[in-house]
Amino acid sequence: MKSFPVMALLLWLCCVFYVGIFLFVGGFLLVRLEVNRTSTCEDVLPPSSDGTSPDFCSEHPRVRRAVILIIDALKADFARYDPGNPSPRAFENKLPVLGEMVASRGSHSRLYTFRADPPTTTMQRIKGFTTGSLPTFIDVGNNFASSAVLEDNLIHQLGQAGKRVVFMGDDTWVSLFPKKFHRSLPFPSFNVKDLHTVDNGILQNIFPIMDGDDWDVLIAHFLGVDHCGHRFGPDHPAMAEKLTQMDGVIRSVIKQLQNDTLLVVMGDHGMTDTGDHGGESEKETDAALFLYSGSPLFPAPDAQVEPEVVPQTDLVPTLALLLGVPIPYSSLGQVMLPFFPRNSLLDAPVVLSQVEALWINVKQVHRFLETYSSMAKDIPADSLSQLRAKFSKISSKYMSSIHEGVPPPSELVASMQEYLSSVREICRASWARFHPLKMAVGLLVLGFGCILCYVISELSAVVLQGGMLKTPVLAGLLVGGAVGMGQILMLGYVEVSWCLGAAVLFSEALFLWRARRASPRSRPSHWRLLTPPLLVLLLRCASLLSDSYVISEGRVVTFLLFSLSLYIPLQLNWNGLLVPAASADTQKPPGLLAPSLLPSVVRRESSTLLVCTGILVACLYLSLSFHNCREEQGACQPSAFLTPLSRVQDSRLRNLHYVLSLASLSAWAFLLHRWLRHYGNLNCTGVVVFTARCLLPLASVCTGLHWAVSATPEDTFRNLAELISLAHVILPRIVFGLLGLGILLLWLDPLTVFLKTRAPLTSRGASMPLPRYRASTGISPQAELHHLIPQLYQRIRHSLDDEGDKGTDQDGRPAVEAYGLGTVYSAPLVLLCGLMGLGMLLLHSEGMALAFLLLQLQAAALLHLHASSSNLSSQQNHSSVFSVPWAPVVLWSLAASQFFHATGHLPTFPSIQWGAAFVGFPQGHTGTALPALLVTLNTFSSHILFALGCPLLLFWPLVRELRGSRTSQTCGDDNGDEVIMEMRLRENPQQFSSALLQLTARYLFVNGAQVLASVCAAAILRRHLMVWKVFAPKLMFEASAFIVGSMFALIGVALVMRVDTAVARLFQRLLPESSR
Amino acid sequence: MYEVEIRGMASAHALLAGSVLVGSLMPAFTVDNFSVYGTHLVWLFSVSGCVALVSIAVFWLLGVSPPTKKNTLSYKLSRLVRSGVYFLLSCLFFHIVVVLYGAPLLESALETFSLAVLLSTLTTLRCLCMLGPNVQAWIRVFSRDGAMSVWDTSLQITTGCSVVGAWLGAFPIPLDWDRPWQVWPISCSLGATGGFLTGLLAAPIWIRWHRKQLTYKLK
Ligand SMILES: [Zn+2]
Ligand SMILES: [Zn+2]
Repeated sequence: MKSFPVMALLLWLCCVFYVGIFLFVGGFLLVRLEVNRTSTCEDVLPPSSDGTSPDFCSEHPRVRRAVILIIDALKADFARYDPGNPSPRAFENKLPVLGEMVASRGSHSRLYTFRADPPTTTMQRIKGFTTGSLPTFIDVGNNFASSAVLEDNLIHQLGQAGKRVVFMGDDTWVSLFPKKFHRSLPFPSFNVKDLHTVDNGILQNIFPIMDGDDWDVLIAHFLGVDHCGHRFGPDHPAMAEKLTQMDGVIRSVIKQLQNDTLLVVMGDHGMTDTGDHGGESEKETDAALFLYSGSPLFPAPDAQVEPEVVPQTDLVPTLALLLGVPIPYSSLGQVMLPFFPRNSLLDAPVVLSQVEALWINVKQVHRFLETYSSMAKDIPADSLSQLRAKFSKISSKYMSSIHEGVPPPSELVASMQEYLSSVREICRASWARFHPLKMAVGLLVLGFGCILCYVISELSAVVLQGGMLKTPVLAGLLVGGAVGMGQILMLGYVEVSWCLGAAVLFSEALFLWRARRASPRSRPSHWRLLTPPLLVLLLRCASLLSDSYVISEGRVVTFLLFSLSLYIPLQLNWNGLLVPAASADTQKPPGLLAPSLLPSVVRRESSTLLVCTGILVACLYLSLSFHNCREEQGACQPSAFLTPLSRVQDSRLRNLHYVLSLASLSAWAFLLHRWLRHYGNLNCTGVVVFTARCLLPLASVCTGLHWAVSATPEDTFRNLAELISLAHVILPRIVFGLLGLGILLLWLDPLTVFLKTRAPLTSRGASMPLPRYRASTGISPQAELHHLIPQLYQRIRHSLDDEGDKGTDQDGRPAVEAYGLGTVYSAPLVLLCGLMGLGMLLLHSEGMALAFLLLQLQAAALLHLHASSSNLSSQQNHSSVFSVPWAPVVLWSLAASQFFHATGHLPTFPSIQWGAAFVGFPQGHTGTALPALLVTLNTFSSHILFALGCPLLLFWPLVRELRGSRTSQTCGDDNGDEVIMEMRLRENPQQFSSALLQLTARYLFVNGAQVLASVCAAAILRRHLMVWKVFAPKLMFEASAFIVGSMFALIGVALVMRVDTAVARLFQRLLPESSR
Repeated sequence: MYEVEIRGMASAHALLAGSVLVGSLMPAFTVDNFSVYGTHLVWLFSVSGCVALVSIAVFWLLGVSPPTKKNTLSYKLSRLVRSGVYFLLSCLFFHIVVVLYGAPLLESALETFSLAVLLSTLTTLRCLCMLGPNVQAWIRVFSRDGAMSVWDTSLQITTGCSVVGAWLGAFPIPLDWDRPWQVWPISCSLGATGGFLTGLLAAPIWIRWHRKQLTYKLK
C-alpha cells in the first residue's frame, strides 16, 4: 500500500485545519497576561518639596464615601436631555434628572460620555472598571477554574484601606470578588427575561443602608435596562418605563446624599439598536457617566477645558485617589483632571494638584508596564522603548521642579497626559481589538479545508494515483516565503500568521484546481450530498449556531445519533434488503442481478443488525444519565457517577458504586480479551499477546486497587496512612507504566499472527493446483509472486476455518495454520484503543467506568451495525469494495461528541476536570507539560478513542465477512466463496490505501465541518449576549477536540501502516520458500 | 390510468383532513376554556378519535383492505381483536421510541403516551385499515418497490410525513423562547398533525405527477 502519499495528504489536510484555527483564534480571542501584584501605600507617595512625604493612606481623603450606581447598558443617548424634542422616542428624555443637575448645580455635577473598551460584555466591563485594565476574553492567570478577579482592583484596595464596601445587585460581582465585600446582597442575573428582580431587590435595600452608617462605598448594579434591551430593544415602552424608574432612583439617592459623599451613576456599556452588546461599535461602547457630589467638587463649568468622552478605565485611578487608596497595580487609566485643582492649595494640603495626581498615575502605569513587558512579549519593543524615553523625560522634569521648589511647568501636565494615553493606546492595540481580516482569512482557510476533505474523500483513488500534492505544497511554501520576504522588505518584520495564511490558501486553491481537472468528466450532481447522514451533520452544525442548542448539546447530539441509527435499518428496508428477497419465481434470472444472499444469511444478518441497533439505542439512552450540568441549565442534577467515591458519604452507596465500577472495568478488559481470542489473535508468542494477556489484566487490577485506596475515607485506617499515601502515588504510576509499555510493545511488533507449519512448505506448493492465469499469460517472476500471495492466504484461511475442529481437513493437512491473520489489522488497533481507554479511565472519577463500558459497547454495536448493513447492501452494489459510506462515519464522529458529554465533560472552562492532573501525582507537579497532557487526555478521551478506532470502520465489514458475498476479483474460478477477511486488503493495495484515505478524509470532514460551524457561530454572533459564555468556549473546545482527534486519527492510520509493513515482511519471509 | 383511483383517494384524503379540522373545533363547543395549548390533551384525543373514526369508516366503505379468504364471523372477530392488540402494541412502541428520543421517563408519562396514541392513529391505524394486522405486509409496503397500488403509495407518503413532522416538532423544544407551544408534547403533536395533513395533500399530487413512472406489480 502507498503509505507515504496517504500520510502526506492527511498531514497536509490536518495542517490546513490547524492553520485555519490558528488564524481565526488569533483574530478572535484576545489574550492578555494577568499581573498578580498589588499596589501598596508606599508606592503612591509623591515626593514633596521638603523631602518628607506625607503618608497618603492615612490622610483624610478628598471624598469620604461614595455611592456607585451601575445601570447596566446605560447608553450615552439615554442620559441626554433635550427639552426641545417634540416627540421623544421611548428611550429619549427619560432621565431628566441628570440634565437638570448639570444645569442647575454646575460645580456639583458632571455628565460625560463614558467609553467602554471591547469586549463590551458585563463581566469584562466589571473587571475593567475595577482593575482599570483592559480585560480580554482570556486573561491568563493562575486559576482557570473560578472566575474570581485575581488582579489588583479597586475593591481589594478599598478593603485593604479598611473601607466597608457594601454591594447589591447583579450576582456576577460576588463570583468576581468572593469574600471581598463587607456586606453583599446579590440577586440572580441569569434570566434575561426577568426585568425586575434585581432592580426591585436593590430598591428594597438601598435606602435603609444609605440611612445607616455601616458603609463607606456602596455599589448597586441595576440590570433592568440591559435585560429590557435584550428582550425588547431600546425603542420600546418597557424601556421608557424602566428609565423613568431609574430617574426616580437617582433623584431619591441625590436627596439622601450627604455632603461628603460622591455619587457615581454609570453604564457599563451601551447597546445596539437591537439591544445587544459585546462588540466595538460606538453604540455599544458609549455609555453615560454622571458624577455628583454633595459639596462643590468641580471647578466652575467654564473654568477649564473639559473632556467630552471619558474612557472607562479612567474612573479607577480617579476614584482611588479621591477615596485615598493606591491606584490598582495594573490600571491603565488616567486621572480625570476636573476633580483636581490646577495648583495645590496652600490651605488644603491634602488635596492633590493635577500635576501630583498625574505624577502618581504616571509612576503607577510605568511600573505596571515594566512588570508586564518583563512577563509577556506582546507589546512591540520599539514602542516600549519610546515610552521609556518619554517617562524618563517626564520624571526628570518633575523631579527638578520639585527640588527647585517651583511649581512644575504646565506643559508637563500635557506631556504626562500624552504619555498615559499613548500607553493606553498601545495596550489597547495589542489586547482589545478583534482582527476582522485574520478572522475572515481563518474562516476561508477552514471552509476550503472542508471542501478539500470532501474532494479528497470523493476522489481518493485519483488523488493517490496522480501524486497531486507535491506542486501545491511547494507552491504554497513559495508563496508563503514570498509574503514573508515582502513583509521584511516593507515592514521590517515578519508576521507569521499572514505568511501561513497566504501559503495555505494558495496551496488549497491550487490543489482544488488540479483536482477539478483530474476528476472524471461525468460528475454526478451535488444533490446527492443531501442524503440523510449529511443532513444530520448539517443539523448538527446548524445547532452550533444557537446558544440554546449548545447549552443542551449533549442531548442534541444523542437525538441526532438516535435518528441516524434508526435511519440505517429503515433505509435498508426501503431498498428491500432487510428481508430475504421474495421467492424465486418473481425474480429475474439470477445472472442479471447481483449475487443475492441466501435467505437464511439475510435473516441472520438482519437480526444481527436489529440487535445491534437495539444495543446502540440502549447505550445512547443510558449514556444520558452520565451528563454534567451547565450553570445555564436551570433544573438539572449532575450525574451521581461524577462524584469521586471518596466524597460519597453513605458507605453502602459507596460500596455499590465501587462494585459497579469494578464490574465495568473487568467487563471492559474481558470483552477486549474475548474478542481477541475469538479471532485467534492470542495464539502466538509475540509481545502483543504478552500485552493483551498480562499487561492489560495487571493494569486493570492496579486500577481497581487504586480506586479502592482512593475511596477509603481518610480516618478508617490511621495506622496504614503512610501505606495508603504511597499507594496513591504508586498504583496509578504502575498503571501508566504498564500501559505505556504495552503501547510501546504494540508499536514495535504489532503482528498477532501465529503460524504453524504442519507439512514442509515445498511439498505443499507443489501439490497446489496451478492457477489458471499462469498458464494463459507469460508472467514475470514478480507478478507471479504477487499472484501467489492469495493462494497462500487461502491455504492459511482453510486451516483457520477448521480451527474449531482441530485438524480434520477435507483436502489433507494444510501447509500452514495462521491464527489471527484475518484480523491482523484490526487486532492491534482494538488493543491500542483498549489500552488507551483504560489509561484515560483512570483519569476520570471511578463512576465513569460505566460510561466507558457503554462507550465500548456502543462502538462495538456501531461497528457491527455498519458491518451488517454493508453485508446486506452488498447484494445490491459491489462496485467499490472497501469504501465506507457516510452514515457510519457521521455516526462514529457524533458518538465522539456524545461521549464527550457522557463522560461528564462540558464545553465550559469551569467544568474542566482539573483533578485528572493529580492522578498519580497527589503532591502536584513542577512543570506544566505533564499536567496539561493529563488534563487533555481526560477532557478529550472520547474524541481520542473514536479517532484512534476510526480505521476499524474499514476493517469491520471484512472481519465479519460473509461466505460467498463478495466475488474475488483477481483469482479465478472456485475461489469466489473464500473468506479471507482482512487479507483482501493486501490483495488490493491500491484500493486499500484509497479507502483508508477516503475514510480518514471523511472523518476529518465531519469533524472539520463542526469546527467550521462553531467558528462561524463565534464570528457571526460576536455581539451576542452569550458569546463569551457559550460560543467562545465552545469554539475553543471544538477546535481543541479537532486538533487532538486529528492527531490520534493520524496515529491510528500510522499504526495500520506499521502493521502493513510488518505483514509484508512476514510474507516475504514465507513466500520464497513456497514459491521455490 | 389511475385517474379514478387518484380522484377517490383525493376525496378520502379530504375527508381525513376534514376530520382533523372537526376534531380541533368540536371540543370548543363542549369543553370550557378549550384551546390547543391550554387543554392540549383534549385536543389531541379529540383529533385522534376523529381521525380514527373517519379512516376506519372511509376504508371500510371503500374496501381497500385486502379481501379476506375466510369470511366467517369468528375469523373477522379474531382479526378485529388482533388489530386492537396491534394498535396497543404500536402505542407502546411509539411511547418507548419517544422516551428513547429523550422524553422524560416518568414525569409527564401521560403526555408522552398521548403523543404515542396520536402517532399510532396517524400511522399504524391506517396500516391496519389498509393492510390488515399483517406485519409482514407492513414491512413490505415500506420498501421501494413494495407498493402495490396507489393506496400503498399514499400510505407510504402520509406515514413518512407524520413521523417526520413529529420528529421536526421536537426541534424547537430546547430553544429559550418560552412560547406556550414549546411545552412537551405540544410541538411534537402539532408537528405530527401538520405532517399528516401535508402528507394527505402531497400524496395525490405526487402520485398524479409521477403517474407515468408508477407501475404496480399485480398481486
Ligand atoms: Zn452589562
Ligand atoms: Zn446585556
